[in-house]
Amino acid sequence: MFAFIVRRIIQAIVVMMIVGLIGFAVKNNIGDPVRDMVGERVSVAEREALRDKLGLNDPFVTQYFRFLKNALKGDLGISYFHNKPTIEVIAAKAPATLELVFATALIILLVSLPVGVYSAIFPKSWFSRITMGLSTIGVSVPVFLTAIVFIYIFGVELHWLPSYGRGETVDIYGWESGFFTIDGLLHLILPSIALSSIMLPLFIRLIRSEMMEVLETEYIKFAWAKGLHRKRIYMVHAFKNTLLPVVTVFGVEIGILFAFTILTETVFQWQGMGFMFLEAVERSDTALLVAYLVVVGAIFVVVNTVVDIIYGFINPMVRIAGTK
Amino acid sequence: MAPLLEVENLNVKFALRFGELTAIDGVSFTLARREKLGLVGESGAGKSVTGFAIINLLSKPGYISGGKIIFQGQRLDNLSDEAMRDIRGNRISMIFQDPMMTLNPVLTIGVQMAETVLAHHKVSKAEAMAIALAKLKKVYIPSPEERLRQYPHECSGGMRQRIVIAIALLTDPALIIADEPTTALDVTIQADIMDLMVELCASEDMGLILITHDLAVVSQVTEKIAVMYAGKIIESGPTADIIHTPRHPYTQGLIQAIPGRSDAGRRLNQIPGMMPTLTDIPDGCAFHPRCDLAADVCQRETPLLRSADNENRLVACHRISLNN
Repeated sequence: MFAFIVRRIIQAIVVMMIVGLIGFAVKNNIGDPVRDMVGERVSVAEREALRDKLGLNDPFVTQYFRFLKNALKGDLGISYFHNKPTIEVIAAKAPATLELVFATALIILLVSLPVGVYSAIFPKSWFSRITMGLSTIGVSVPVFLTAIVFIYIFGVELHWLPSYGRGETVDIYGWESGFFTIDGLLHLILPSIALSSIMLPLFIRLIRSEMMEVLETEYIKFAWAKGLHRKRIYMVHAFKNTLLPVVTVFGVEIGILFAFTILTETVFQWQGMGFMFLEAVERSDTALLVAYLVVVGAIFVVVNTVVDIIYGFINPMVRIAGTK
Repeated sequence: MAPLLEVENLNVKFALRFGELTAIDGVSFTLARREKLGLVGESGAGKSVTGFAIINLLSKPGYISGGKIIFQGQRLDNLSDEAMRDIRGNRISMIFQDPMMTLNPVLTIGVQMAETVLAHHKVSKAEAMAIALAKLKKVYIPSPEERLRQYPHECSGGMRQRIVIAIALLTDPALIIADEPTTALDVTIQADIMDLMVELCASEDMGLILITHDLAVVSQVTEKIAVMYAGKIIESGPTADIIHTPRHPYTQGLIQAIPGRSDAGRRLNQIPGMMPTLTDIPDGCAFHPRCDLAADVCQRETPLLRSADNENRLVACHRISLNN
């Protein structure tokens, strides 16, 4: 198991270096930092001198490793609009996005697991049929439309829920959290439901079809032949095997959720990283864009590595493979 | 003394969209205490369906449409789900064909054994584990304590089938139904497993229904044989009689097809044609299209199972009746 974890972490580091390379290549090719700094009036000779001093004339590889070294120290450049280190700008926005994604992931898990399992065990019940029908619709409606419809119904017409911003937040060691105030939680409801709408139907279908497949296997038949109680067959024998592929997909989908936050945060004026990203695009804040890319890449890699390690704990066969 | 198991005129049907298919048509047999019966036939003859019908574990859309199953004086075919569950894996155990598929890959062997005991007896987990350990010793598993903590993929195929047999023994059943227990194993291990089962039936005071297509195996193990064809028993009797003086042309064909019966270098004897599928079972005797001796009456009338030679021998063939 230990060898397996070490191997996964090494893989994660390699992936991060590649993400860094892409980020650096973008930074290196878009815009001219010298011009950004000094404007048009400085002479060519002076610019060259500045380029040398900043190391911009060094070979690509040297610059790349300098970029990596700085990134490791948490230095991903200066945001040209905010005039602050990009990492600080992102750190200020990250809690909003992380909380949104966390709440969304929670909704997806809490709804898709029971619904998926139920509709696999009773595929012909009316509940399963309705769920399957709705999930087809759910998959095909884009998240920004769901968001706007939600705002219209629950915010504008019914006045039940707040439809923009994060509401009241609490500062916990620099982490601005909306989890601890009623107002913050109320503000979280619409955005997280809207964001979950894209993945939820997918997960219900995935869990249902995996579970149905597992229920047909010989070992489930044998479990019945052993005279086990229905509950144990479904909840232990079938469920654990159903989880294996679901856990893997979940890891990838959480990463994709971060991408979808860009739309959701914009619609709900949610002051997170996605919202910041769109602002940065409008302002051509290259340094901030690259920093966003690297940070989101890092989150993606960390989530996937953690999920893979969790997978290793549920699936005994992975553990054996890892020790070899 | 009442027999261990009586199956009377068992009928099994599969309810399909386009109508009902008869899988088992009027199968009857009895099994005395400690008696071993071989249920023989080609694939699709209904051997396994008969086995699963006894423990009421037919996969949907199959159901018992008629007949009686009486086990230790108790009707099984009309029992409640819960009462039937407590018989399954408790008083009647089943052994499946492929040990690579019958054990749940994500649960340890100890868990899969202990849960069977716990499903039927009010004992503690530790006591259940102790019973599991004792049964592993009975099937000659090396280092049984260690096995309890292992996962199925850490054991070889032969080892797994021993574990499955140990699971079948956990609750000291009166009857074991073994569905092709050695078919998926190496030839060298087949004999070991068969010997083990014969030994255990004697020492543990159990009856056995051995479902197989392999007449050679049955001839060494069981006291009685019932040959099935297209959902019916077409010949039954004491093993030695059936092997030495088969009466039904189909049984004769099966025995001639045993490899050891042909001269070296010559083609193996075989029965021409294939078992009919359930959708187009021929009129009259289902075997007549493949039978060398078929007469006109065979195409029109279904032969009934009648005694031939003595009351223990039953044969369903017009030729036998005609000759008498």
